[in-house]
Amino acid sequence: MTSAASGSILYLDGVTVSFDGFKALNGLSLVIEPGELRAIIGPNGAGKTTMMDVITGKTKPDSGEIFFEGTTDLRRYDEAAIASLGIGRKFQKPTVFDNHSVAGNLAMSLAASRSPFATLFHRPSDAERRRLSELLEIVGLTRQAENPAGDLSHGQKQWLEIGMLLAQDPKLLLVDEPAAGMTDAETEATALLLKDIAKDHSVVVVEHDMAFVRDLGCKVTVLHEGSVLAEGSLDQVSADERVIEVYLGR
Amino acid sequence: MLLTRHLGEGGWWFLFVVAAVGIAVPYCNLAFQPGDPFYVSGFMVSLIGKFLTYALLAVAIDLIWGYCGILSLGHGAFFALGGYAMGMYLMRQIGDRGVYANPELPDFMVFLNWDELPWYWWGFDNFAFAMLMVVLVPGTLAFVFGWLAFRSRVTGVYFSIITQAMTFALMLAFFRNDMGFGGNNGLTDFKDILGFPLQAAETRAGLFVASAMALMLGFMIAKAVVGSKLGQVLVAIRDAESRTRFLGYRVEHYKLFVFTLSAMMAGVAGALYVPQVGIINPGEFAPANSIEMVVWVAVGGRGTLVGAVIGAVAVNYGKTWFTTAFPEYWLFALGALFIAVTLFFPRGIVGAWNSYTGWMRAQKPDPLAYKSKDPLTLDTGVGRQGAAAE
Repeated sequence: MTSAASGSILYLDGVTVSFDGFKALNGLSLVIEPGELRAIIGPNGAGKTTMMDVITGKTKPDSGEIFFEGTTDLRRYDEAAIASLGIGRKFQKPTVFDNHSVAGNLAMSLAASRSPFATLFHRPSDAERRRLSELLEIVGLTRQAENPAGDLSHGQKQWLEIGMLLAQDPKLLLVDEPAAGMTDAETEATALLLKDIAKDHSVVVVEHDMAFVRDLGCKVTVLHEGSVLAEGSLDQVSADERVIEVYLGR
Repeated sequence: MLLTRHLGEGGWWFLFVVAAVGIAVPYCNLAFQPGDPFYVSGFMVSLIGKFLTYALLAVAIDLIWGYCGILSLGHGAFFALGGYAMGMYLMRQIGDRGVYANPELPDFMVFLNWDELPWYWWGFDNFAFAMLMVVLVPGTLAFVFGWLAFRSRVTGVYFSIITQAMTFALMLAFFRNDMGFGGNNGLTDFKDILGFPLQAAETRAGLFVASAMALMLGFMIAKAVVGSKLGQVLVAIRDAESRTRFLGYRVEHYKLFVFTLSAMMAGVAGALYVPQVGIINPGEFAPANSIEMVVWVAVGGRGTLVGAVIGAVAVNYGKTWFTTAFPEYWLFALGALFIAVTLFFPRGIVGAWNSYTGWMRAQKPDPLAYKSKDPLTLDTGVGRQGAAAE
């Protein structure tokens, strides 16, 4: 089966997940190419977040296949192992570590050995310090570096999470509703940031906000009732009758 | 130096105070005669020495509860196991001076008509071996128990309940005479340690100094752990466990590490406790004991280490006074104390103190300090114990 998946960064085939008989994902198939920026849209309950859960090991699929980089069967790994393989995730609701400083949040996310003994004897290197100030610069939180992350505004927390994602230096970034609760200006800046990140990473963005998806200017996948309804450019899918029906018909 | 890197000013002060107590109390006991205003009685030496071992135990509990959110209600078991390991060494030291004058077997075994030492008592005549067991036995139990619990992602109140079950099961087991640990009576009538008579004031002074040093070392280890990047991960696990997993940290390994370390520290505390009080019996495994230990930490202020020590000493001093004045009502007082602390001082004595000093600073008009802060952020000074110090 890996032949079909070869060459892709992420390959989902016929993935089904049900909760008490309700099929959150129903034969979902999706292929993301290396270096691709992809937006996933869909109405509430379309299975967007469940799809993220299945990829990151939080939920095990009932059936179907999930391959990372063509050969790695993700069903066999747990959350920590999948994160170490190089899949980073930003949550819908920003979850940063409130009691840690902004810099501390980023420092903990930096790519490094995750074993207890490595962290016990860890001393920050110059390269790490440089990377840290680079990241603070990118997400525009240099001034807040030493403040507790819990004191940040909602938009700043979203950016900090994106920074934490970048710090992990993953091959694939899964970004769940990065623009939720942001002002228009912040939303625009977020789209630019993600496009910049997509230059050297594969990025999957789940989003509700159509203006934001238009800003991203990438291939769009529409989910509905746990499977793919349409795929193509935003203009193509928004012209699709079934998509219009799903979004507006009911 | 690895152990002092993260101490900070407060940490050095704490070590200084413990060192001062560790020197002054035994000195005042040995150098002055009864009646002298500087004289400290032998009773007080034993009492404060006991408090020092409790303080070490409280640091061990704060390490897992305050910094990693693991509420163990069975830490008394690790304390008691360390105590039993020390007790077994002390029993073997009695030799043929027991009532039955058997050079090999402790009295209770002769009484049970056993004719040879059970295999698990082998080696306990050797002090070094016994001290190794003081850390290895609680450490191994914590490792196996933690491995099973954390791997299955048993957390929160469920974890607390099974730790209660663990210490209760051990209590029932140790009550049985067939277990070979003296049953109901436990291990007692100790004569000497490393050849020094336990009743001598000099030996008691030595045990006091050892307890103070163990507390200092335990505090330094705990400080080094919570100050490291590992400490940051522990706090992250406490605050948002599943988020930490998605960063690639294997939460169960971190919990296992800190839980095992904590159990070993508790074992050392138990081993120092036993020679100072002269007895170890299955009552030490009682579930209520383990709950009481958690109350010490809550009263002092969890997640502060120093607070755990203050809480352990304050509550036990209160207990000593209270059980003399109103022996019937101690448990009511303890319960009331716990409720009052939870309601009015959720961050304990040290947390309340930090809020107060933070508030005092905020009252002082200091335009420069204000300007340097982002006006949008409000630093209340609380909840920052895990903040990065980099």
